[in-house]
Amino acid sequence: MTRSRLLALLLLCLLASFARAQVQTEEQPSDDPVIEQRLAKLSHELRCLQCQNQTLADSPSDLAADLRREIRAQMKAGKSDQEIIAFLTQRYGQFILYRPRVTPLTYLLWFGPFVLLLGGLLILFRYIKQRRDQITEQPLTAEDRRRAEEMLASSRKETA
Amino acid sequence: MLKYLIPLALFLVLVVFLAIGLTRNPNELPSALIDKPAPTFRLPQLKQPDKTFSAEDMRGKVWMLNVWASWCVACRDEHPFMFEYQKSGAVPIYGLNYKDRPEDALGWLSELGDPYLLSAVDLDGRVAIDYGVYGAPETYIIDKKGTIRLKHVGPVMPDVWEKKILPMVQELNRQ
Repeated sequence: MTRSRLLALLLLCLLASFARAQVQTEEQPSDDPVIEQRLAKLSHELRCLQCQNQTLADSPSDLAADLRREIRAQMKAGKSDQEIIAFLTQRYGQFILYRPRVTPLTYLLWFGPFVLLLGGLLILFRYIKQRRDQITEQPLTAEDRRRAEEMLASSRKETA
Repeated sequence: MLKYLIPLALFLVLVVFLAIGLTRNPNELPSALIDKPAPTFRLPQLKQPDKTFSAEDMRGKVWMLNVWASWCVACRDEHPFMFEYQKSGAVPIYGLNYKDRPEDALGWLSELGDPYLLSAVDLDGRVAIDYGVYGAPETYIIDKKGTIRLKHVGPVMPDVWEKKILPMVQELNRQ
């Protein structure tokens, strides 16, 4: 780890301890259970931008709380889930979506695994076919048959 | 021979991709707002709360909006350089004081000095949401037509100023 990275890490830790000084805006759950239900569902689809491996529903960060508050306000104003998602992606980009949309930019992400799977199957198929071609059935000649019978007869004699 | 070289080549390609991935900063997100109109706002000024500041006031000028807060430690890193940037006259620098108690913010400025022409107070962080702020400090360059042309997340250290911001500002001023 370079010195600048260590410093950044240290700063990050400091940041966490300083965060208390940030203005806290109370997070008030809505009295409307429908809104809370919709929020719970929607916020599981959205990424917290400060702690990127958490959803907006799970994150305790201030920004996540602010965004939840914003979503509640928009739901109360009668906005649909689609409209709210559009509002957020306009500001934070597709990154905020845990399930990225299918666009030319994300084709590789969505279809890449299937392409790899198909490629693997193709290679497997060709390999099996090649092996099968290498094995050619050769019927026994009369001479082979005579030798085989001779061997069988002698082994029978030995065991007897 | 080829049988062994192909997997090796594929493996090396994978290594190169992963190595590039390691050098990138996962905290730096592509901004969705580049080349989009800067969101409008009208907020009270920190030092003169009876006056307001709006992005509209800056129409016709190339300007820089720097999101800062007294609780933001990385803001302290860039702060001394802000004086130099402001003094250079390359671009007028305005502050957006993000989710900060005004008394904390004013204390911070009187302790460290105030490089900003003025700072607008975004107490509840609502304007910051419009700008897609996810961690202070963040810096925006907005052109004469009010379009966001550049966003930098993290402190604006001299190398960022020289390589990223100054060239953009100079180009925008020529337009």
